[in-house]
Amino acid sequence: MKGYADLLVLTAVLLDLYMVATSRLGACVRASALQGVVLAGLPLVLWASEPGAQLAPILAMSVGALVIKGFLIPRLLFGAIRQAGVRREVEPFVSLHLSIFSAALLVGVAFWLASALALPIPVASSLIVPGALATLLIGFLLLMTRKKAVTQVIGYIVIENGVFIFGQVLAGQIPFAVELGILLDIFVGVFVFGIAIYHISDEFDHIDVAELTSLRD
Amino acid sequence: MMLALLVIFPASMGVIALKTRNVRVALAMLLGVSAAHLCVTLSLWAKDAAIPPGAVLGLDVAGIIFLSITSVLFLVAAVYCVPYLLAQAHEEPGGLHLFVPCLLWFLAAMTLVTVAQNLAMLWAAIEATTLASAPLIYFHRRKEALEATWKYLMICSVGIALALLGTFFLGVAATVPLARGSGLSLPALIQAAPHLSRRWLEGAFVFALVGYGTKMGLAPLHTWLPDAHSQAPAPVSALLSGALLNCAFLGIFRFFQILAASGNGAFARTLLLLLGFTSLGVAAALMVRQRDYKRLLAYSSIENMGVIAIGVGLGGPAVFGALLHAVNHSLCKAGLFLLSGNVLREFGTASAGDVRGVLRRLPGSGMLLMTLLFALGGTPPFGLFVSEFTIFAAAIRGTQAWLGPLFAALLAIAFLGTASVLLPMLQADGSSVSESDREPWLSVATPLVLGLAVLILGLYVPAFLSDRLHRAAMLLGG
Repeated sequence: MKGYADLLVLTAVLLDLYMVATSRLGACVRASALQGVVLAGLPLVLWASEPGAQLAPILAMSVGALVIKGFLIPRLLFGAIRQAGVRREVEPFVSLHLSIFSAALLVGVAFWLASALALPIPVASSLIVPGALATLLIGFLLLMTRKKAVTQVIGYIVIENGVFIFGQVLAGQIPFAVELGILLDIFVGVFVFGIAIYHISDEFDHIDVAELTSLRD
Repeated sequence: MMLALLVIFPASMGVIALKTRNVRVALAMLLGVSAAHLCVTLSLWAKDAAIPPGAVLGLDVAGIIFLSITSVLFLVAAVYCVPYLLAQAHEEPGGLHLFVPCLLWFLAAMTLVTVAQNLAMLWAAIEATTLASAPLIYFHRRKEALEATWKYLMICSVGIALALLGTFFLGVAATVPLARGSGLSLPALIQAAPHLSRRWLEGAFVFALVGYGTKMGLAPLHTWLPDAHSQAPAPVSALLSGALLNCAFLGIFRFFQILAASGNGAFARTLLLLLGFTSLGVAAALMVRQRDYKRLLAYSSIENMGVIAIGVGLGGPAVFGALLHAVNHSLCKAGLFLLSGNVLREFGTASAGDVRGVLRRLPGSGMLLMTLLFALGGTPPFGLFVSEFTIFAAAIRGTQAWLGPLFAALLAIAFLGTASVLLPMLQADGSSVSESDREPWLSVATPLVLGLAVLILGLYVPAFLSDRLHRAAMLLGG
């Protein structure tokens, strides 16, 4: 089973790169949903076959990720895009070529950082730490280089996914911590961004964070 | 058990308050809950039991200090809400039905932060404070308020994600054989601290500092703070600045405790000093020539969070000064935000240039505003003078004595900035006619109580408080 873990992490990183590269908003949301589905499999392949692991929290984590990351949040985002009549393009602040180049660079940085941080415990997949860091850094890239509220939310979700991947290191040891992460995922996904985006689309003709600039010094 | 109730009671009352459409009923609930909360909190001062390892909830010396600040400020803000909300009820029903429930949930979340003895629980509680307070910032359904709320949610959520990563790093650090089984329980981690993996522990502190530091408003991660504080209604600004920023500081405090116990406190101190001076510098620069008086107060909060970070970063007797400063700043700044609400209601603008003659039109608020302005600037005989001087004295006696004059100079610039904006507002311009004062007495009495507390803390620090502050400082190796 554990051989699949590498595959899943790699798929997640490839999806990161795809999200940076695509210029279509819908494709970006779909990629984030697919990443959620891929990550939902990660706890299962890593820990389910482990002797002595508690199955219930691991299953809960997997199902939670599947439902929230793979289904609920993308639905919410699509709903917001439709409701506000957002243009179906990503509209980054910097050119897509530059973003792709930076993303590739960030993956390199992630692997370099991971090699400097040796895990004190053995983990089935050596890709977890670099994969987590790469996803985290690319999430930041998406967050900072995109104009629209929806794409910023996608950036934030990718950051959360990076934290989620890293959390797998601990899932067998401290399930409590990871469960809380899932619990808060629910809040963030449904409550906060749902309401915030709803109100933003209510108030503005289009969701463009670059327009939110009346408060500054 | 008592602690769990202290969290659950306001939270469940918040759910009940959601059902009521009557402002008066909701206000009665708000007052009742906050009074009960304060009574229980005060009764907890008598107990002083050790926390068993593995406990999720527990109240240590740092916890009770921050819990008491939260509880006192919440009651004061709740009383202030009475005339405030009754006046608003006619004008803006938009965010009104969510206001009291969110305030109560906010109280529950902040209480949970102060009593959490498990770092996962602490993290969840700090995230919950964000969720509970976001609708409060968006109370006035305006475009600017929406922008502020969006920034608050986005920036603080990213910060909180990084804090979770820091918490996970700590979990990894605790998986070395000697510390196994400590999980994320604070007392167990402190016990096992010398055996934790040093590099992962340092990584954990960096992420926690960036994550919780965002929420605490340390520059350069502060960008949400001036917007949120200036757009939120006055009692909410008071709570955000006086109570919430401290709760975020408590998150950093907990990580610092583990680092100090592991013998690597110097690493944490250097980082805190760096962020502290950055915050102080950025805030001082932006406070000069600031045109919006609520933003000015918000930048002053960043400045004072910087002072706290510097105090902890200097170590030794400065840590006591920093904790005392946290208490003083909360009381003083909450009072100022409440007064800014009075001014905003009378003049209808947050632009300092358009407000003149506060002393004549609002004599009570004007006098208090002037007094608290000097208190905030660190003039004797107020509490902030004592705490800032403690930090200054520790700085010039420390190994890097030049930090002391730098600290004092930046504080002076910040004070001059504040005074140059607020003092012209107070004076009459001659043209405005003296009107009958329309100040509800409760909206003057509440900041007055806070002002008196700051004055008393400047004259002497009661033994029960200074004892706890000293013991809390010892937790950080001070």
